[in-house]
Amino acid sequence: MSPHLILRIVSKLLIPLIVVFGFYVHFHGDFGPGGGFQAGVIIAVAVILYALIFGMDEARRAVPPVAVRYGAALGVLIYVGTGVLTMFMNGAGEPLNFLDYDALHPDQSHHSGQHYGILLVELGVLTTVTSVMLAIFYAFAGRVPDIKDEDW
Amino acid sequence: MPSDLTQYLDYALIAMLLAVGFAIVRLRNLFAVVMLTGVYSLLSAAWFVSLDAVDVAFTEAAVGAGISTVLMLGAMLLTARESEPAGKKRHWAAFAVVAAAGAALFFAIPDMPVYGDPDSPANSYVGMDYMDRTPNEIAVPNVVTAVLASYRGYDTMGETVVVFSAALGVMLLLGFGTGRREEDEEDEL
Repeated sequence: MSPHLILRIVSKLLIPLIVVFGFYVHFHGDFGPGGGFQAGVIIAVAVILYALIFGMDEARRAVPPVAVRYGAALGVLIYVGTGVLTMFMNGAGEPLNFLDYDALHPDQSHHSGQHYGILLVELGVLTTVTSVMLAIFYAFAGRVPDIKDEDW
Repeated sequence: MPSDLTQYLDYALIAMLLAVGFAIVRLRNLFAVVMLTGVYSLLSAAWFVSLDAVDVAFTEAAVGAGISTVLMLGAMLLTARESEPAGKKRHWAAFAVVAAAGAALFFAIPDMPVYGDPDSPANSYVGMDYMDRTPNEIAVPNVVTAVLASYRGYDTMGETVVVFSAALGVMLLLGFGTGRREEDEEDEL
């Protein structure tokens, strides 16, 4: 029998729900509290919980530190890329501004472009925040062996 | 009056924050201190909800009570489990600093607007402008998101870069956390 059986089973059930809740917070950020930053932290917490229960090696196998490093830069690229994209999507003919989301959708009366733009930049924030939180956690936790029961 | 009831809830939450703060100062066991800072963040998040700042409360609960507690635990594992008792002289120096800072804060209280004041700086000027414009210009129900991601898109981009640079700094100082010791990497070279 492995130790902490209840902790393992409960967290196995909870971790997918935590990740789904993170995405809910991201996609619902236009309508309620939350957004990319909070969603990114929640998804990072799901991975950290996995690392605390199942050990650092398992967590590194699930989310490799290399992916975390690329993810941190990718999020910034998504954000800036959205801004550059709006500069080139000048449907009306006149040149548009950096991060002017109205260019992303032709429906100007309902401002659908704003919804797309906000979701896109928040996706960039989510990617960077999740990766950075995990990078910091890996950097700290990689220096000590796994937490033992005697440590408390 | 419902507003009176929430007022007492605020008092209760602030009293609990004070109690947790004193407990953090008094305790020597660092594990308990780290856990209590998480409790402190959770209590302040509850207080922010009571003040109708749900977005701030959400961030405080996720970052303060969630990530920070875990990172502080990770940092604590690198040091001792108990803090050393400080000398009496340092007690008085610390008390003098705290008393001076507290006196300055009390001195500043009369300059602050009354809670819920409709003419306070936060409730006039640009803040109300965002409230008026968002339904027509952005068409997003959550004004906080509209300000954060659209009106202040440049600022949020800067913040994303700041978060990225924070990770860069930690990785340069502590390594990538790949689980390999430095000696192993030297062997490979």
